[in-house]
Amino acid sequence: MTNAMTDAPLLTAEAVTKFYGARIGCRDVGFELYPGEVLAVVGESGSGKSTLLKLLSGQLAPSDGRVLYRMRDGVTRDILTLSEAERRFLFRTDWGFVHQHAEQGLRMGVSAGANVGERLMAVGWRHYGKIRTEAETWLERVEIDAGRIDERPTAYSGGMRQRLQIARNLVTAPRLVFMDEPTGGLDVSVQARLLDLVRGLVADLGLAAIVVTHDLAVARLLSHRILVMKDGRAIETGLTDQVLDDPREPYTQLLVSSILQP
Amino acid sequence: MSALATSGTVAAGGYNFAYLDEQTKRMIRRAILKAIAIPGYQVPFASREMPMPYGWGTGGVQVTAAILGASDRLKVIDQGADDTTNAVSIRKFFEKTSGVETTTHTAEATIIQTRHRIPEKTLTADQVLVYQVPIPEPLRFLEPRETETRVMHALEDYGLMHVKLYEDIATHGHIATTYAYPVKVEDRYVMDPSPTPKFDNPKMNDCAALQLFGAGREKRIYALPPHTKVVSLDFDDHPFEPTKFDHACALCGATHTYLDEVITDDAGGRMFVCSDTDHCEERRAEGHRGALLGEAPAAIAGAAE
Repeated sequence: MTNAMTDAPLLTAEAVTKFYGARIGCRDVGFELYPGEVLAVVGESGSGKSTLLKLLSGQLAPSDGRVLYRMRDGVTRDILTLSEAERRFLFRTDWGFVHQHAEQGLRMGVSAGANVGERLMAVGWRHYGKIRTEAETWLERVEIDAGRIDERPTAYSGGMRQRLQIARNLVTAPRLVFMDEPTGGLDVSVQARLLDLVRGLVADLGLAAIVVTHDLAVARLLSHRILVMKDGRAIETGLTDQVLDDPREPYTQLLVSSILQP
Repeated sequence: MSALATSGTVAAGGYNFAYLDEQTKRMIRRAILKAIAIPGYQVPFASREMPMPYGWGTGGVQVTAAILGASDRLKVIDQGADDTTNAVSIRKFFEKTSGVETTTHTAEATIIQTRHRIPEKTLTADQVLVYQVPIPEPLRFLEPRETETRVMHALEDYGLMHVKLYEDIATHGHIATTYAYPVKVEDRYVMDPSPTPKFDNPKMNDCAALQLFGAGREKRIYALPPHTKVVSLDFDDHPFEPTKFDHACALCGATHTYLDEVITDDAGGRMFVCSDTDHCEERRAEGHRGALLGEAPAAIAGAAE
């Protein structure tokens, strides 16, 4: 990973700003994300985390600023200037998006195998046997019994759905994954297993990830770096353990101290 | 399709020739020309209310009305048959409003309007096949948003189509879609061939006749110009296979045609007969005899006697 980290940044945000009319969605957020690096974006509800994620993944156009992404061919491009076709291609090959609610990220009407295979078919796989084998491999990788490949996600528990969503996103070996509260709505033991799984996959695959969360424990476990947001601004950024153990900003101190210690 | 010397012609009953007014026909013809120029692309058009309910072929009727000329000979089939309700009523409709000659013989027709079958007899360059289409959008049941399906067509984003076929194999062990089987046209647009049985899909490929598709409720027209490449979607290890039958036609003995199953009693008795009635009659006239023809009433055995 150290080698990859020294490369040029994978994603660069430059003074990204979004206004919703007169209201601020987020303002002047800038950072660089390197290959293999996990960045956590933390902050309370309404601090602009989700807006930032949408801006970074090209789902929302910024009012000001730029988001640059280094494509697989090594060329760095402004994601706003990509055509719709290129953006979609990016989204089913090089990027993943893990939604908080698995129902938004999955096709609930088709089987788990088809959910995992969809991206493969979208990039031109036309051999049923190979698609199925690949889907089985990925189900096992995310600790879902391959015997349940033909069941619909509606028959899965919340934790399984979330793992299925992760498999569906990682099947094309993306380089960057966006995660929006990946553990939201799961009970703590399931959360722990999921985090363990994601951490393993990120390390194995050398994935870069941007994880939006309000849960500082998730940030601590998953991320290398952390970005604290308040009222649409990035108020503090740095190495995760450094920020969490020695917060500089009063707001970050408040955030850290408000965690319940069992 | 023959000389359009129809303007101002008023048929019996005071209707303009072929029911629609000339401006409406112009509008539909424009849509048809665009559809022919972009094979497989669904062209929106200002579909009119027709004197029949949606689902009864209002799209096909409008396309036929727009291309019909005074010297055309029209054939209308419903599931291959010339004598079922939908076929009879549409044929009568055009007899009344245009006065054109009608026929039940495939070879003699210049325009054939069809509900869900392609005639067994090979079509020629002088013929036009008009399909009645209920749902023109092949992605409809996979992606309900029309805005989204349009973008998917525009970007050739068709991975989802194979998800459906994948589901078929995962559930049934083979591709279980037997009608409205999706096709790819000229390596570009994925098209719903209307609910024709997949048995007929190979006939669409490289067909000499012009094929027009009209969907009245959905307000879409699409087309396959003559000799267009039409490929049924499949997987490398699960190739497309047209429906095969274990039976021969009980009336004409044909083994290469699409068969309808007819229940003959309440004790499990059944017979299989050609769905293309004209083709079946012709074969019987030529002396082909199926297993049950001896028992058939004289009216059906007819010409063979």
